[in-house]
Amino acid sequence: MSVPESRRQLSVPVATVEVVDDSLDAAFIHARGLTKRFGEFTAVDGIDVDVARGEAFGFLGPNGAGKSSTMRMIGCVSPPTEGTLRILGMDPGADGPAIRARLGVVPQQDTLDTELSVRENLLIYGRYFGMSRAAVRAKTDELLDFVQLTDRAKDKVEPLSGGMKRRLTIARSLINDPDILLLDEPTTGLDPQARHSLWDRLFRLKQRGVTLVLTTHYMDEAEQLCDRLVVMDKGRFAAEGSPRELIATYSTREVLELRFGPDEDNNVYADKVEGLVDRVEVLPDRLLLYTDDGDGTTAAVYQRGLLPVSTLVRRSTLEDVFLRLTGRTLVD
Amino acid sequence: MTTTLRPGSGSETLLARIVPLPGTSARRASLMVERNALVYRRSWVIIVSGFFEPFFYLLSIGIGLGALVGTVSLDGRMIEYTAFVAPALLASSAMNGAVYDSTFNIFFKLKYAKTYDAILSTPMSPGDVAAGEITWALIRGLIYSTTFLAVMLALGLVGSPWAVLVLPAAVLIGFGFAAVGMAATTYMPGWQDFEFVQLCILPMFLFATTFYPLATYPSALQAVVVCTPLYHAVELIRSLTTGLVDGTVVIHIGYLVVMGLIGLRVAGRRLEKLLLT
Repeated sequence: MSVPESRRQLSVPVATVEVVDDSLDAAFIHARGLTKRFGEFTAVDGIDVDVARGEAFGFLGPNGAGKSSTMRMIGCVSPPTEGTLRILGMDPGADGPAIRARLGVVPQQDTLDTELSVRENLLIYGRYFGMSRAAVRAKTDELLDFVQLTDRAKDKVEPLSGGMKRRLTIARSLINDPDILLLDEPTTGLDPQARHSLWDRLFRLKQRGVTLVLTTHYMDEAEQLCDRLVVMDKGRFAAEGSPRELIATYSTREVLELRFGPDEDNNVYADKVEGLVDRVEVLPDRLLLYTDDGDGTTAAVYQRGLLPVSTLVRRSTLEDVFLRLTGRTLVD
Repeated sequence: MTTTLRPGSGSETLLARIVPLPGTSARRASLMVERNALVYRRSWVIIVSGFFEPFFYLLSIGIGLGALVGTVSLDGRMIEYTAFVAPALLASSAMNGAVYDSTFNIFFKLKYAKTYDAILSTPMSPGDVAAGEITWALIRGLIYSTTFLAVMLALGLVGSPWAVLVLPAAVLIGFGFAAVGMAATTYMPGWQDFEFVQLCILPMFLFATTFYPLATYPSALQAVVVCTPLYHAVELIRSLTTGLVDGTVVIHIGYLVVMGLIGLRVAGRRLEKLLLT
């Protein structure tokens, strides 16, 4: 498109000083005892969060853990039942429109306007923020370029692929140069190419200083994008820290996976490896031994005369942390 | 680049003061109209087609049946049957347009397209959405009313200078029905509930003095007919085009104003309850 090179850079809202001024170090998002109840059901149960400017913060958790409810409260489209919530130093109850003017929102399900074209989706969305037509046109061209949809600008939304719709939703969320970008499961349901393409875009936004708050149940996504994250379960925080800290605290450096025959009782083998490591997990098809030295433990297993069909030593991941904290039982 | 919109600032206007909906601004509501204009820029045929329905009724019943009926006695004055039916058809089409726009279209955006969920993530409020959607329905209704009035003029069916007030009156009718239609839509769980809308609209169209005067009914039934909103809409337009204007016009106007304000208020509240949970 004919956008001058100088405009191609997304303008970074680093210095939105007018409201933040003396509180630059104060949390962009500040919650104390934040609670959301729907009738008898408590979706979010008194959480405390602080997200600093420029941080990439993640909410991890199984379905129904309260992630989306938390995001909707932060997005000022769901009033908290109890507790304190301040976004950009303002109160969502009193200043909802003023806060929303400075947020970008990528909801869990696409809410693109299917009656409009790709380009019109961005044009009208900018207008909802009170932007002038000229400003919104320039921004639209820039964002279509950023999410690589310039050649689909005139198309309707419906025939776009899932990944394209998601990219368009991200472009839409950036129309107002938001200070905080809220992403609710941004890559759920996408193929690997589309996910990596989205991560690339999000990573570039993060480098430009946009504060990212995202929910996910993909551990690789959390490890890729988040500086800090919380594991949520049943409306509460089960753990909090950087991905590395969480692995150090809740798992070991490595995991040894042992598989015995398909008809073997893994509980028997669990007894036989007892004492080798601090924690053993018995799964229907394999044993997990949490260890700091995978090869050493493997050798020790053979020394005990055990002959597993296969052994695998791998690094501990957030997934191990996640499953330890939230359990392996299926939710919903 | 981004203008921060705050409730209670200068952008609060007349609308907000008349309709006590929190955080509603006419400027933001107008953006809903802008959005709909974008949509219909491509599908203008739908808008054109809405004109033909009352026009065909006018040809068939007004002119065709009118040849058999001749004249009708109204307030002691004899008027051509076509001139009697035409204003009622205009009022009904204002009702139909408003109801269609505020029920089917809004239901789709509310339940399926999630259009409003996206809009409410911006500084727009539920009141803005409700007011904007109703305004759009009015603009669309105004286009129909204007063309229909032009047809009436061309056929010599307008008998009074009061007719200059027909268009504002048609907008008022649209407001009353669109607001109530939208409010009702927020209570509907599924498409099948729209049968109830038809169940309200069709009998009104047939019996609310559209095709014959109120005096035709026994007095007990008259009392029922007088309660329906379309009766007031029809009588309002008819009095303007025939020039038989009296004090009852105030009652018609009052009925429609109250109906619209209640509908708007309920619609805004319900949207808030449905979308901002």
